[in-house]
Amino acid sequence: MIHFLVHDTADDVGVAVVDLDAGTDCVGRNLATNSALKARAVQAIPLGHKLALKDFAVGDSVTKYGCEIGRIVQPVKAGEHVHVHNLKTKRWA
Amino acid sequence: MARRAILGYRRENGSVGVRNHVIILPVDDISNAACEAVGNNIKGTLALPHAYGRLQFGEDLDLHFRTMIGTGSNPNVAAVVVIGIEAGWTQKIVDGIAKTGKPVKGFSIEGKGDIQTIADASRQAKEYVQWASELQRTECGLEELYISVKCGESDTTTGLSSCPTVGNVIDKHCASGGIASFGETSELTGAEHIVAAKAADEQVRKDFMAAFEDYTKLVFNQKTDDLSESQPTKGNIAGGLTTIEEKALGNVEKLGKKTKFVGCLAPAVAPTKPGLWFMDTSSAAAEAVTLWAASGAVVHLFPTGQGNVIGNPIEPVIKLSGNPKTVSKMAEHIDLDVSKILQGEMTIDEAGDALLDMIVRTANGRLTAAEALGHREFVMTKLYRSA
Repeated sequence: MIHFLVHDTADDVGVAVVDLDAGTDCVGRNLATNSALKARAVQAIPLGHKLALKDFAVGDSVTKYGCEIGRIVQPVKAGEHVHVHNLKTKRWA
Repeated sequence: MARRAILGYRRENGSVGVRNHVIILPVDDISNAACEAVGNNIKGTLALPHAYGRLQFGEDLDLHFRTMIGTGSNPNVAAVVVIGIEAGWTQKIVDGIAKTGKPVKGFSIEGKGDIQTIADASRQAKEYVQWASELQRTECGLEELYISVKCGESDTTTGLSSCPTVGNVIDKHCASGGIASFGETSELTGAEHIVAAKAADEQVRKDFMAAFEDYTKLVFNQKTDDLSESQPTKGNIAGGLTTIEEKALGNVEKLGKKTKFVGCLAPAVAPTKPGLWFMDTSSAAAEAVTLWAASGAVVHLFPTGQGNVIGNPIEPVIKLSGNPKTVSKMAEHIDLDVSKILQGEMTIDEAGDALLDMIVRTANGRLTAAEALGHREFVMTKLYRSA
């Protein structure tokens, strides 16, 4: 079973494609290279939500589809849930 | 690729439709009651009530007329009864629709009242619907269909599955000489550089960026915050989308991998040659699809993640989803399930072929989920306040 997908090699977040419980050792796939990836979800992450693939500090950009999707506003550790509580748009702000 | 056949309605001007509606079209909001009465009197006709048409002016009035005339001119429409409060604007819409060669007649209410108008218009509508009921579908080419695309209640699964599936169809349809259109100007924010790079030439790129920057100005002039609950919507956020940039990057997967877009259209303007076109639309589903129907699109492809339920009275709206929860919990709204993509059990190319099959079935007469459920959202785009 695939737990998460990554659009692009440059991405630092993955998308959960099943509901992930905290502590799940996850199998992922890089859609650009079709290679396998591994990560550990340290928080529960619902299907469709993002999993941090590295640690982020406040002010860091997040990359998905190989492009910037916003800036980090709360520190994030690898394996944590990345969403509106710690990631904000850089546009219309 | 071999030419693929569908069974469609070839209209007087040669265009191909996949539905055979007789519509009762109000020029203005105060003619809705008469139109709905005619629609109720004469079975098989379709009244299209809407909220506007009085005291509009300038570009906003131009768009109103374009939407009315374009809706009546759509190849999915066999014949039209137009009803307005007064004769002048009613006739203007009748004359615009008549250019297609299809049957159209106008009725105005002033000097007669609703009841006489309804009686006269009902007699005409009865003639039209009986005439239309004898029109036969004939063999036409799939590439003759003008297809519009827009997603709604997106989530991260749309960017992974249903949007690239539509993109695959865009590549195949445009390569075979078809016409298609995308839009959602505000929802390209964060991916505008990707769209700009897909422009067929420098003029098209400039036209696109001008439309994009104009919409950005509108957002900045009116906004009270960063639109974090409007773009993305609450539904988008529940589905895992966090920012407009992320939503836009998933959205533009619908544009395909190979296709360049050949021109930019103002709202409700018809494309003039084959290929993919950008239309400057709102990202609100019912408004945008109404504009595409008014530009002549006959089939709409609608990827959804969390389960948008929109339909349109003129264009059948085909919904596809790759979210396994949505295709299970909201199955009655989904025409094509592409959720196997997420587990690598279906390729984007296979999903694109399945969607082409669904387009052919829909063109041949299969009712979409939205049609069967009675979704007929007809929503005019209003640019600013009336005089």
